[in-house]
Amino acid sequence: MLALLLALHAVLALAAPALGRRLGPRVFLVCALAPGATAAWAATQAAGVLDGSATTQVISWVPGLGLDLALRLDGFALLMVALVSGIGAVIFAYSRWYFSPRPGLGRFAGVLTAFAGSMLGVVLADNVLLIYVFWELTSITSYLLIGFEDEKGSARAAALQAILVTGAGGLAMLAGFVIVGQAAGTYSLSGILADPPGGGVVGAGLVLVLLGACTKSAQVPFHFWLPAAMAAPTPVSAYLHSATMVKAGVYLIARLAPAFATGHAFWRPLVMGLGVATMLLGGWRALRQHDLKLLLAYGTVSQLGFMVVLVGAGIPELTFAGAALIVAHGLFKAALFMVVGIVDHQAHTRDLRVLSGLGRRMPGVAAVAAVAAASMAGVPLLLGFLSKEAAYEGLLHAHLGVGGSLALAGVVVGSVLTFAYGARFVLGGFGAGFGERAGGGDAVGPDVARPVPAFVIPAALLAVLTVVAGVAPAVVDPLVGGGAGALDAAAGKAHLALWHGFTPALGLSVLTLAAGALLVAGAGVVERSQARLAGVPSAAGVYSSALVGLNRLADRVTAVLQNGSLPVYLAVILLTVLALPGLALLTRTRLPGGVVVGESPLQVVVAGVVLAAAVGAAFARRRFAAVLFLGGVGYGVAVLFVIQGAPDLALTQLLVETLAVVIFVLVLRHLPERFEPSVWRLGQATRVAVAGGVGVFVAAFSLVAAGARTAEPVSGAYLEQAVPEAGGQNVVNVILVDFRAFDTLGEITVLTVAALGIVSLVQAGRRQQDQA
Amino acid sequence: MGRATRPPQSLILDTCLGAVFHTVLVFSLFLLFAGHNAPGGGFIGGLVAGAAFVLHYVAGGTGQLTRVAPVAPFVLMGTGLTLAVLVGMGALVAGGQLLESGVFSLDVPVLGKVKTTSALPFDIGVYLIVIGLVLALLGSLGGEADRPAGEPDDAGAGEGASQ
Repeated sequence: MLALLLALHAVLALAAPALGRRLGPRVFLVCALAPGATAAWAATQAAGVLDGSATTQVISWVPGLGLDLALRLDGFALLMVALVSGIGAVIFAYSRWYFSPRPGLGRFAGVLTAFAGSMLGVVLADNVLLIYVFWELTSITSYLLIGFEDEKGSARAAALQAILVTGAGGLAMLAGFVIVGQAAGTYSLSGILADPPGGGVVGAGLVLVLLGACTKSAQVPFHFWLPAAMAAPTPVSAYLHSATMVKAGVYLIARLAPAFATGHAFWRPLVMGLGVATMLLGGWRALRQHDLKLLLAYGTVSQLGFMVVLVGAGIPELTFAGAALIVAHGLFKAALFMVVGIVDHQAHTRDLRVLSGLGRRMPGVAAVAAVAAASMAGVPLLLGFLSKEAAYEGLLHAHLGVGGSLALAGVVVGSVLTFAYGARFVLGGFGAGFGERAGGGDAVGPDVARPVPAFVIPAALLAVLTVVAGVAPAVVDPLVGGGAGALDAAAGKAHLALWHGFTPALGLSVLTLAAGALLVAGAGVVERSQARLAGVPSAAGVYSSALVGLNRLADRVTAVLQNGSLPVYLAVILLTVLALPGLALLTRTRLPGGVVVGESPLQVVVAGVVLAAAVGAAFARRRFAAVLFLGGVGYGVAVLFVIQGAPDLALTQLLVETLAVVIFVLVLRHLPERFEPSVWRLGQATRVAVAGGVGVFVAAFSLVAAGARTAEPVSGAYLEQAVPEAGGQNVVNVILVDFRAFDTLGEITVLTVAALGIVSLVQAGRRQQDQA
Repeated sequence: MGRATRPPQSLILDTCLGAVFHTVLVFSLFLLFAGHNAPGGGFIGGLVAGAAFVLHYVAGGTGQLTRVAPVAPFVLMGTGLTLAVLVGMGALVAGGQLLESGVFSLDVPVLGKVKTTSALPFDIGVYLIVIGLVLALLGSLGGEADRPAGEPDDAGAGEGASQ
């Protein structure tokens, strides 16, 4: 069933482009079937899975590499499926209203569906290599989604940046998986976690895996791609950059932390340190943004840091809090992004300095935004509060020494920032204007068109869930508890509760809210100090200068290696032949005994003709003569094949030779009639030396190779099996189309590619000539 | 090699071509189908057919070539490659390994019982690709040669190409 659901995503993704032409934006509703069906099926499995039993399915794929289509739905996977497919279905419904009919929409819906399937694969895969495969699929589909508006240079650049950063991290992760998998003796994720390998090499592998997770989940210093990715249409941001893809890294860290956090001394300082740094940086930057969507993007970076702190600690209470935060964040952040999309769609701007009075115009949307932002800020009676409480509680009792205290302090400060930018979002987007108005433009707000109800319902649904789960924690408690329990059995025993009594954690929550309110009140001071720090070099700057440097290096290397001189290319190739196999031949030359010079006088005569033609080709002054001499060599060899009783080879040789001469003639018209003497004084001598050396080498090598046989020749077996196995008496043909058909497939592919290359080169050359 | 522009069409060549062209094509098909048991096969058949098209090119240049072979070379190559891959996949679907061939006996109305293998469509794919390759080369390189080559600026272009 698990594989069937993945296949459903693939089928709908392929069908969407055609459907999109007929249905327009309604194609999203059809595509919603895939995540919808997945969520519904997962719900039917929930009872058993949350009790601790997992649904698995294994299909053998490449057993030689240890790569199986191993899918496993356990508690944590169920939690992620609820987000990926549940929120996914909601966002597909939202997309139907966000997009107006335009070309390419079907393709877009298809890629979005493919993404949903890939992400589902990441969280269901129980084989680390399979995780990598799906992981890269999410990178590729997200590249296409970010770059959907491909006429915009900024969108293309953002898409490229996202795929370069996450792709590089993904490659590091693959290396890490291989290291860890080899050490563990299995590539099964559950197998590795059940019996985690130790040692320094595994530590290095884990660092590589973490690198992949941190690029995907936009942790410092790789956070910059996420805000840039806001060039994507808003439904994409709501889905990929809040609820799902960026959580892939969090997901992976959550899986690994309980097994590896205690065994490797670097784990907690590294992971929790990065998480805290990301949380603070994202929160701080969010306070500077004027674009509502960018504000949310930096807020997402901050929240991802928070999640990494919690799930990366590998401590049961924190793992539980992390699972709760993953759910809470999926709900409120997707709702917030959808709200931004509604505002953008109706008001055609997202600048909070311009928007004014939108709250009175669309009270429903404003209410959704307020609820979601309050949940993010940790206001009581909402799901976000419960997860933040659990996080404080866990950090207070974590016993991690000074590092633990620092992490707690960082998380509290980060939460204060979260409150502040959450308020900035709501007040700026829906209040009576925020900060100075840019460029003195007119306020936008009181007269925008109201959105249709169906456009608001998806976001409202998520907001309602946030409230319901916040008031009655029992609604989500089994999901969070079951999810955390699948990561770490001890974590499954914790429960979400509205009231823990007067605890230190409650005190910290109150402190967070109070300090956040102060920060909102002093927004002017914050903006001014932000402006003063703006000159600090950014990670995005480092990225772009690294990219420029890489291109420059590639230019230089190419200029050296491909200088455009055919004689130099040939000399490099031929000298390599002489230097490597040639030297090997010199060191262990053993001429075989019993060399037969010729079997018939005819052979000797033909060989003489071939030799004469070869010498003629070498000494010819005119190109055309040289081509004819070369043709003579080819025809002579064909005759030798005939004498040896190889009609297929002879026929092929004859035909190829004929065609080659014709094509040579076509090309010759563009070359000077005679060969030019080398411009270099010793050039002629060098050419003679290299050519002679290679000639001698090839002759000697053929002799030695023919006499150095140690294994049974395959030809005997081919001759025996040709008729019974392949039903053909012409062994040459049977080899081509049956025994070695895979080689032939490769060759005809090369032929096609070569033809494409020749045709495009000729066309490019013609264009250059025409321009000159 | 002629440095002048293309001479007017040769009547003798045209007449011979009319007689020879189809015979050569039929022969190439014979080689293709006989290839599994006798000398021949997709590569050789394709080359023979390619040689037939070369004759047309020699007689009338790329213009005549596109009249006799109105299919774009890359359509031929794409079809051939698709066919070869599909045959290979077919073996997977039938429960064998990639590109494993099976032997079939068919009852063809006129010819009676015909034994064939699934390697034949694979070979047909090779045949199409080789023809496509020859047409692509003649069309691009030959198309270039059709342009007046005797003009003074051609010498400059020649120097550039010989680097």
